[in-house]
Amino acid sequence: MKFTIKIWRQEGPDVPGRFAEYPVTDVIPEMSFLEMLDLLNEQLLKRDIEPVAFDSDCREGICGMCGLVIEGMAHGPKTSCTTCELRMRNFPDGGTITVEPFRAHGFPILKDLCVDRSAFDRIIAAGGYISVNTGSAPDANAIPVPKTIAEKAMDSAACIGCGACVAACPNASAALFVSAKVSQLALLPQGEPEREARVLRMVETMDREGFGNCSNHAECEAACPKNISIENIARLRREFLKAAF
Amino acid sequence: MIVNATTRLDAKIPAGPIADKWSNHKASIKLVNPANKRKYTVIVVGTGLAGGAAAASLGELGYNVLNFCIQDSPRRAHSVAAQGGINAAKNYQNDGDSVARLFYDTVKGGDYRAREANVHRLAELSVNIIDQCVASGVPFAREYGGTLANRSFGGAQVSRTFYARGQTGQQLLLGCYSSLMRQVDAGRVKLFARREMLDVVMIDGRARGIICRNLVTGEIERYAADAVCLATGGYSTVFFLSTNAVNCNATAAWRCYKKGALFANPCYTQIHPTCLPQSGESQSKLTLMSESLRNDGRVWVPKAKGDKRSPDQIPEAERDYFLERRYPAFGNLVPRDIASRAAKSICDDGGGVGPTGYSVYLDFSEAISRLGENVIRERYGNLFHMYHEITDENPYKVPMRIYPAPHYTMGGVWVDYNLMTTIPGLYALGEANFSDHGANRLGASALMQGLADGYFVIPATIGDYLAQNRPDGLTADHDAFRAAEKAVAEQVKQLLAINGDKTVRDFHWELGRILWDEVGMGRNAKGLTRAISDIRALKDDFWKRVKVGGAAEDLNKNLEYAGRVADFFELGELMAMDALQREESCGGHFREEHQNEEGEALRNDEDFCFVGAWEYKGPGQEPELHKEELVFENVHLAQRSYK
Repeated sequence: MKFTIKIWRQEGPDVPGRFAEYPVTDVIPEMSFLEMLDLLNEQLLKRDIEPVAFDSDCREGICGMCGLVIEGMAHGPKTSCTTCELRMRNFPDGGTITVEPFRAHGFPILKDLCVDRSAFDRIIAAGGYISVNTGSAPDANAIPVPKTIAEKAMDSAACIGCGACVAACPNASAALFVSAKVSQLALLPQGEPEREARVLRMVETMDREGFGNCSNHAECEAACPKNISIENIARLRREFLKAAF
Repeated sequence: MIVNATTRLDAKIPAGPIADKWSNHKASIKLVNPANKRKYTVIVVGTGLAGGAAAASLGELGYNVLNFCIQDSPRRAHSVAAQGGINAAKNYQNDGDSVARLFYDTVKGGDYRAREANVHRLAELSVNIIDQCVASGVPFAREYGGTLANRSFGGAQVSRTFYARGQTGQQLLLGCYSSLMRQVDAGRVKLFARREMLDVVMIDGRARGIICRNLVTGEIERYAADAVCLATGGYSTVFFLSTNAVNCNATAAWRCYKKGALFANPCYTQIHPTCLPQSGESQSKLTLMSESLRNDGRVWVPKAKGDKRSPDQIPEAERDYFLERRYPAFGNLVPRDIASRAAKSICDDGGGVGPTGYSVYLDFSEAISRLGENVIRERYGNLFHMYHEITDENPYKVPMRIYPAPHYTMGGVWVDYNLMTTIPGLYALGEANFSDHGANRLGASALMQGLADGYFVIPATIGDYLAQNRPDGLTADHDAFRAAEKAVAEQVKQLLAINGDKTVRDFHWELGRILWDEVGMGRNAKGLTRAISDIRALKDDFWKRVKVGGAAEDLNKNLEYAGRVADFFELGELMAMDALQREESCGGHFREEHQNEEGEALRNDEDFCFVGAWEYKGPGQEPELHKEELVFENVHLAQRSYK
């Protein structure tokens, strides 16, 4: 297979970027999208063009490091799938594929397709935890958790922090990301003592980091590679209202 | 190779009965007063289970912690990808488990090449780990009554594995990451993401800091501390194709080796049996699927070689369930090294399936008809989904095809019982050290070891060293830091200046090929000797012909990669040397010259019951082998049998 890759190039955070078009050849359908970009970079390097910088790590859909807007969609056209899991068999041979970084005020571009998502870390630092020091935990079975609740908490906890929800949202809202963590900890009995303080501080930090508000577009849910439901956003709102008033 | 059998590597194993060693040790080592802890700075490199847990726990204790990672966030460390579970001797299932049994299984699973005292401590701490994880909000699988669920894993006859669907590593890491971020919020831990450690700085023979490259700006940075903890993971990516994340590397550990830290058992590498087979030469990595699949999946190949019928057309009587046939007691749940080797020998013999003949079936049809598709989906849904995405085949309908792939490295930086390397003040935790798994790691034990080291061992043992080495106001302006920074900057410059005609990836691919062929699942003297000379030639070629591109003072992924591959040549050579000196088969190290008539590994306890720890002697010099004798007082050395 061969493709024309129309891809975002930007030398640094404060310089304007532009699209460049490069051909990529010798692609096979089994290849992942990032393996195709690896191949493109090898071909660029041999032509003395600087490779395109993009982030990735585990390449199996769990670390959340990769994330590209492909054909206008965060993580590409396939649902429940990270960029690294996307296979080239999903694209028609000979076509042009447009590749951009996640674009959001909260995620400044570092270079080409790499963005700074450290705002997510700062949101978690503002309460996305249970305050328990190492060594002070009771026996694990001393805290029974109903199976249905544990499963629900796990659904929320499955978030990989990739930021596709933000990239997909017309408001660049981080509501799905924040709500997933708030939900996980609000559902579990272990999270109860800090429940109110947590939601207030996390929401406040989310706003301060420059993410927009949620206005129920649900694009986040559609883009989420881990199927995090917008039910979590509903729960976030309930938690916030209960805590604030 | 220089062999120094007279050197006594002191593992500092506490005296006394094995079950009391750790408690006695904790009670006798020195402590740092709570008010004085903030005067000490501790560097932790890595934010996986070992590094993240260490940084969080040391922060909670009051130390001033600097924590580094190469990713953009600590939550991405490769522990996140562990799937199946974490072992703990809780005996919640009332099936006869105990600390003693987990200890025994781990020593035996490691083919009697691990240090007894470390393994016992690991088994003891396993129970505290589960408590800690649950308290920090890890949503483990539960039974209807609300108690924790367990599953079985390879190499054990009890159910002691705790799990969170097929994402246990992710959930444990996020638990530990949340504790870490709490300390960041509290100001006890300062986080440095997108930094790569490129050297350890030594002053008066002690580790006093690190040199990093800022991966965004390219700036070389210096950080001073009172102690340095390496938690930088393993080196499976040396093989090019492995199940590890593409950025996993050995550079931090390797640079410590070159500063004098001994590197132990580099030839002990684990090839994991349940991975997706390779599809083409342009592949960047292989994908693993949890060993837990072997709870319900049955491994088989057609009895007739070259049988091209689709699997559902092959009747039961014409299938060879070779693991169940060869190992009736453990069946599909034999340890990884055994399962991998069995698959390799079947495929080498022409009995494999799939387009290349290098894969075997992992079939769930029996479990699906017994338990229903929903139960299987609940247990392994995400793994089945992943398999489907990658192969375009539905594993609920068609058996999976699997083949072994490099996955974990038992070898690593040599540490004593306190996790201190041979450099005072330099510690190694988790997969980066060599200590607990011997020659083969059992499934669900990596997460256990990473968290044991990070949550419980290092917070106890580091105080003993710090109490004896008071803060002295050292800053990173010291000449030793300037010199180390200069050396690192020069290497970066050198890599960019070559501007040859072969890419880093080309070189890495070739190195991986040599290692997979000669230092992979089967090794022999002739192949290993050839590998050593081939790797040396390839390394020379690299320094003449590599093409990196881009600039030093910039975000330059290829430059990062080049530095890592440069170290992989040297490490690959040491792996081959270590495999060559170890004239026996044990665990993941299978020397073809040493097997019994059934093809099972033959250990040589008389001559090789030791840890092989290598000392760097300078560029172009042969490294020196030091031996730490392994003494088994509690477990009887026996031929490992899973029949």
